[in-house]
Amino acid sequence: MLLQDTALIFGRYMRQTLRSKFAMLFGVLMPLLYLLFFGPLLTDLPLGGGGSSWQVLVPGLLLQLGLFGAAFAGFMIIVEKGHGVVERMRVTPVSRLALLLGRVLRDTAVFVFQAVLLVLAAVVMGLRAPLAGILIGFAFVALLTVSLASLSYALAMRLSSAHTFGPTINALTMPSMLLSGLMLPMSLAPGWLDALSHVMPFRYLVDAMRDAYVGSYATSSMLYGVLVAVGLTGIAVTVGTRVFREAGA
Amino acid sequence: MPIISTAGLARTFQTKRGPVEAVRGIDLTVRAGEILGFLGPNGAGKTTTLRMLTTLLAPTGGAATVAGHDLATDPEGVRRASGYVAQSGGVDPQISVREELVTQGRLYRLTKDQAVQRAEELARDLDLIDLLDRKTSALSGGQRRRLDIALGLTHRPKVLFLDEPTTGLDPASRADLWDLVRRLRDDHGTTVFLTTHYLDEADALADRLVIVDQGVVVAEGTPSALKLQHGGSIDATLQDTFLAITGRGPAPADSTPVAV
Repeated sequence: MLLQDTALIFGRYMRQTLRSKFAMLFGVLMPLLYLLFFGPLLTDLPLGGGGSSWQVLVPGLLLQLGLFGAAFAGFMIIVEKGHGVVERMRVTPVSRLALLLGRVLRDTAVFVFQAVLLVLAAVVMGLRAPLAGILIGFAFVALLTVSLASLSYALAMRLSSAHTFGPTINALTMPSMLLSGLMLPMSLAPGWLDALSHVMPFRYLVDAMRDAYVGSYATSSMLYGVLVAVGLTGIAVTVGTRVFREAGA
Repeated sequence: MPIISTAGLARTFQTKRGPVEAVRGIDLTVRAGEILGFLGPNGAGKTTTLRMLTTLLAPTGGAATVAGHDLATDPEGVRRASGYVAQSGGVDPQISVREELVTQGRLYRLTKDQAVQRAEELARDLDLIDLLDRKTSALSGGQRRRLDIALGLTHRPKVLFLDEPTTGLDPASRADLWDLVRRLRDDHGTTVFLTTHYLDEADALADRLVIVDQGVVVAEGTPSALKLQHGGSIDATLQDTFLAITGRGPAPADSTPVAV
């Protein structure tokens, strides 16, 4: 039942994504601009760690895009609430969890697809990284999307208006991005900023992903990255499930 | 045995300024095959009651059964036995009529083939057959309403809840919708529980009225019995009767007049 319902909801929203080809194109175009106009600035800078500047930039860029994309996922549900679509589905026997998972999996599939395109473009620009590391990177990106999209949908179910949702998400994502060292590694930061960044879960993800991109898989950063990513996903899906179950008996 | 019965059904919302008792305790029964008009001024608790009876909102007090299923212990049974058409409808403007109908069938756990077949059937019954491949945003108000109702009827529910089904419709579409509601009851024995602000609609369509005010039932009976009892004579208008019962009008009837 859960699987079938999840597939149904996934299909509905996947078709919605495929219908809006413009949004899809735009979603891929934006990160390409980063690669094209921001990437070259870093090539000769001493960023620390092994590997080229692309091996530092691309993991951060992927997580940054995942962060913003998934954090705003809930917007769609606010629009749908306005149309009455959410309640219409909630009065049917469909699994409450499927209403969340179907949407989250759509977001994840779309973002992983965009991430693959971005990495291919980065390879053209000069990225050289081991395939295993790149695949591990996609796994991190997928977990990040699952967790943040779940939290975003949960928040959107609770809030009634887009006017409060947008600013709330902005207020959370901007500092998260800056404090996690997604743009540049925190190893460049002064001690206080480096220390502060350790309260941000994304800090551990990006450190682990940068290790993966230079082929160092058995590091403590990798261990922490995996633990934080899996833990975050577990907590977020639990919160999301609870909200989707609760909102109406 | 009534198909819907509630006892002390209540809902209190916690707000920053303290608790708000939207519904204080509704006791009512609806017989199978009845068309029940659920009336009341704005803020009387109509939509909150409807949202509880359709499992969208958990009651904070009391109990209710719908088609033999207990609201608190068997919400899934209530969902399978009843259909709900919200005031706002519930379709995605970018999706075609056909896809919405088929998806709805799948949400009610029909197989793909069954869902496709049911969509055709509903489209024929509700005069949507030529509109199947249109986006829902391209439908007129009356067509949209018929689609909303088709979605609510997908699983042939025993009870259909309609929240202000004719708000915003032109007179011809309203008349069509009244016919449809009567046909549902006559052909399928469907029990219809509808809220409305239009007293002419309640008068013409409902077998029995339940009037709520400030979260409790203040009067109930057939339209003529209420007129006789509260309006002074069987020839009293329902408008006067309503005013006599609640002390105020049936909420501003927005753009459409009470009688067309």
